[in-house]
Amino acid sequence: MADEVVLLDLWASMFGMRVRIALAEKGIKYEYKEEDLKNKSPLLLQMNPIHKKIPVLIHNGKPVCESLIIVQYIDEVWKDKSPLLPSHPYQRAQARFWADFVDKKVYDVSRKLWTTKGEEKEAAKKEFFETYKILEGELGDKPYFGGETFGYVDLAFVTFYSWFYVVETFGEFSIEAECPKIIAWAKRCLQKETVAKTLPDQKKVYEFIRQMRGE
Amino acid sequence: MEEVKLLGSWPSPFVHRVIWALKLKGIKYEYVEEEDVLYNKSEMLLKYNPVHKKVPVFIHGGKPIAESIVILEYIEETWPQNPLLPDDPHERAEARFWTKFEEDKIQKIFGFLMTAGEKQVAATKEAQEVLRIVEEHGLGEKKFFGGNNMGLADIAFGWIATSMEILEQAAGVKVLEANTFPRLKAWIQNFNEIPVIKESLPDRNALLTYYKARRVVFLSAAAS
Repeated sequence: MADEVVLLDLWASMFGMRVRIALAEKGIKYEYKEEDLKNKSPLLLQMNPIHKKIPVLIHNGKPVCESLIIVQYIDEVWKDKSPLLPSHPYQRAQARFWADFVDKKVYDVSRKLWTTKGEEKEAAKKEFFETYKILEGELGDKPYFGGETFGYVDLAFVTFYSWFYVVETFGEFSIEAECPKIIAWAKRCLQKETVAKTLPDQKKVYEFIRQMRGE
Repeated sequence: MEEVKLLGSWPSPFVHRVIWALKLKGIKYEYVEEEDVLYNKSEMLLKYNPVHKKVPVFIHGGKPIAESIVILEYIEETWPQNPLLPDDPHERAEARFWTKFEEDKIQKIFGFLMTAGEKQVAATKEAQEVLRIVEEHGLGEKKFFGGNNMGLADIAFGWIATSMEILEQAAGVKVLEANTFPRLKAWIQNFNEIPVIKESLPDRNALLTYYKARRVVFLSAAAS
């Protein structure tokens, strides 16, 4: 029996992009369903009743929620091709730690840049660069966070690249000026077909945010 | 066998999780107490967890791992006996989902300890809403989050079983009122009867004193 794989997602979501890259890396055929977050489908509400968020992967009728949990699920089910996590337990732990760091810090600190003003925004800018400097430190001189090859942490973080224009425009700063290694790393990741085909154009994401804000 | 060390702080629910996992799997370890983890972090802690500077830190053969859930997944992969996760990938994803839910919502559940008056009433209600979801969707009709046997999600929520009553006493409020969370209450009883859990329960009076003191700190910080 063929696998039935459905992805409920939103094109601009950096979390959804993680799943799309993972599916592409494994060469998995799937049906993509675009969600309108202002008008969530009955399927989304049924498959993710707790959070009502995307992405949701539906594999043979059973839902998996939360982007990094979905990526780990994909890695475990389609384990014979293109491993996403390292094989050694200690390296896996480090990969999980840094992906968790991206989840805990990067989204919130970016979001504050377009939802706050004045002193709060200045504090958010400071936090943003502190967070990115830590990530730059972890990257070091390696081509990827995963070492010689693109891996789990790269997948978890690179999707935020499509939001860099949004962040830079609202934050009124240049990421490249402060964190050139991060930009160099992102561009290296974009040389991978799966990443290049998944990440939307930065300006399109910016227009999307402007529309959301009713501008 | 390589040396196993755990850097911890005795009241921390995050540290308890790692202790439970180590004991369940019969792993020998050296425990090192952080004397003053909040106000005077040791050199060892700053060296082994420079990013978050928090406990627990797990050190295996000299190599450190931070963040309790990351540590638990590592322990599970390194010592597969008495597994914390099922074999089926979908069930594993479910366990991880509820473990993450606990991580994301724990601040909301603790809110009632850190507030007073009307704010505490609101915080208590918020905590109960979260716990309602946990009981109905996470636990459901199962004995444990993990099914017939306890697993990763049970360990993540375990502090509710071992410490909720103490927290309620310290805060002077009832969150899990009688008859309002029957399945969660049954789970608490079952969880606390697991031999490893029973043996490792922290000193009740010491924990009560500790949380009362923390409450004072939270309330005066909020007032200033």
